[in-house]
Amino acid sequence: MEWLFEIYTALPRVVQVLLQIVAVLVPLMLSVAYLTFAERKVIGYMHVRLGPNRVGPKGWLQPIADAVKLIFKEIIIPSGANKYLFIISPVLSIAPALAAWAVIPFDDGVALANVNAGLLYVLAITSIGVYGVIIAGWASNSKYALLGAMRSAAQIVAYEIAMGFALVGVLMASGSLNLGAIVHAQKGDFGFVNWFFIPLFPLFVIYFISGIAETNRAPFDVAEGESEIVAGFHVEYSGMAFAVFFLAEYANMILVSALAALMFLGGWLSPLDGILPQSFMAVPVVGEVLGSGFHWLLLKIAVLLFIFLWLRATFPRYRYDQIMRLGWKVFIPITIVWLLLLGIMILWRVAPWFSGLG
Amino acid sequence: MIQSFLRFTKSLMLIEMLRGMRLTGRYFLSRKITIQYPEEKTPLSPRFRGLHALRRYPNGEERCIACKLCEAVCPALAITIESEQRADGTRRTTRYDIDLTKCIFCGFCEESCPVDSIVETSILEYHGEQRGDLYMTKDKLLAIGDKYEADIAAARKQDRSYR
Repeated sequence: MEWLFEIYTALPRVVQVLLQIVAVLVPLMLSVAYLTFAERKVIGYMHVRLGPNRVGPKGWLQPIADAVKLIFKEIIIPSGANKYLFIISPVLSIAPALAAWAVIPFDDGVALANVNAGLLYVLAITSIGVYGVIIAGWASNSKYALLGAMRSAAQIVAYEIAMGFALVGVLMASGSLNLGAIVHAQKGDFGFVNWFFIPLFPLFVIYFISGIAETNRAPFDVAEGESEIVAGFHVEYSGMAFAVFFLAEYANMILVSALAALMFLGGWLSPLDGILPQSFMAVPVVGEVLGSGFHWLLLKIAVLLFIFLWLRATFPRYRYDQIMRLGWKVFIPITIVWLLLLGIMILWRVAPWFSGLG
Repeated sequence: MIQSFLRFTKSLMLIEMLRGMRLTGRYFLSRKITIQYPEEKTPLSPRFRGLHALRRYPNGEERCIACKLCEAVCPALAITIESEQRADGTRRTTRYDIDLTKCIFCGFCEESCPVDSIVETSILEYHGEQRGDLYMTKDKLLAIGDKYEADIAAARKQDRSYR
């Protein structure tokens, strides 16, 4: 290990950063692939069937087979389409989904970039993702694609506001925009009780639901709406271009789950952090597992992703006007009211969450 | 007033949503009913109507007496029969064809047969590689009957008291 580290430090800075990016993106892409598999399995199980289990042992090679199939399919560019925009829009949709991972802290101090305005960066970057959808819809020169893109745009604008307000709550509670600092603000003597999902519970729920709407997932998937507009903004896409949209959607799901885990569920903190005595952490294996670390973040992300799939298996698609009503007339008022309550809680230094705030 | 307030809190607390999720969560954990087809199979009724066969008597004589009732009853006109008198004076078919691409597997031919000659076996896994392969001739049908006589007889025996 020592010599590997030496080689690493001897490399030029650019190569080091590239290696770091690869170290984040390769596992991310793999988890996206296996998230599609998990989705089919989980939904299958909820339909009382088994889901894919034929390719490889227990179906574990299914995502690989899907990827190979999509890579070898032809990308058809419709004759009326704007060729450049048509090709660039999948890139525009996946790039923000990946770029946002730059500021996600995986463990104490382990992040690609420890940006002070990390939360702001995430908000800004994820908002760009909608351009991919809109441009795809417009460039396809197809009425269904355009309709899907318009729906998606209106929906994302509506939910971005509620999401932003929910994040303002986190910002108030933690007093920082740095994601690492936000997690640190959730550290305390009472383990998981210190996490923000208790004082900010409505904001947590609203953040998560808005996250589902932002990623255009069921039950907010009117942008795709197979039954009414075929497949929405990506009807005209095939092969790898379509796969890139797919990757972006799932990468966004993981991103939303990761952010929810960081901001409301204490990120890499163990739920027993602070409850267990310090001496207990010295116990070889048990201390490692129960202590704070990357595995807790992974676990929290996995649970939230499972809820994503669970919701998809449970609820029918919202009607378009219901989506708008929920976004504008329910979520935004609730978040504003809760921000007010939160302000009062912070003013009174409600323990254990806000007692330490300056 | 109180009613609408209750309804408001109920929807605000996502009660119905959580109920729905509890239901799907229960099914998530329940036993799966999928049959893994090539390895596992569902039980077949002895009345199952699959591939056709022509039977013989135990002494090797074919049962069919060319009465043409099956040809007459066939709603899809899938059966074609030609017959002649044999040297021993009995009437036998010279041609007995069933076009499986026309057949609707209604089982009327089997029901109409006075001598239990044409039957539908419980074979459902068969295929043809060319179009002609699904045009069953007398030879093919007799061959199927010879091959699966034991199964056919067993299925008829099970079902006898209901006929």
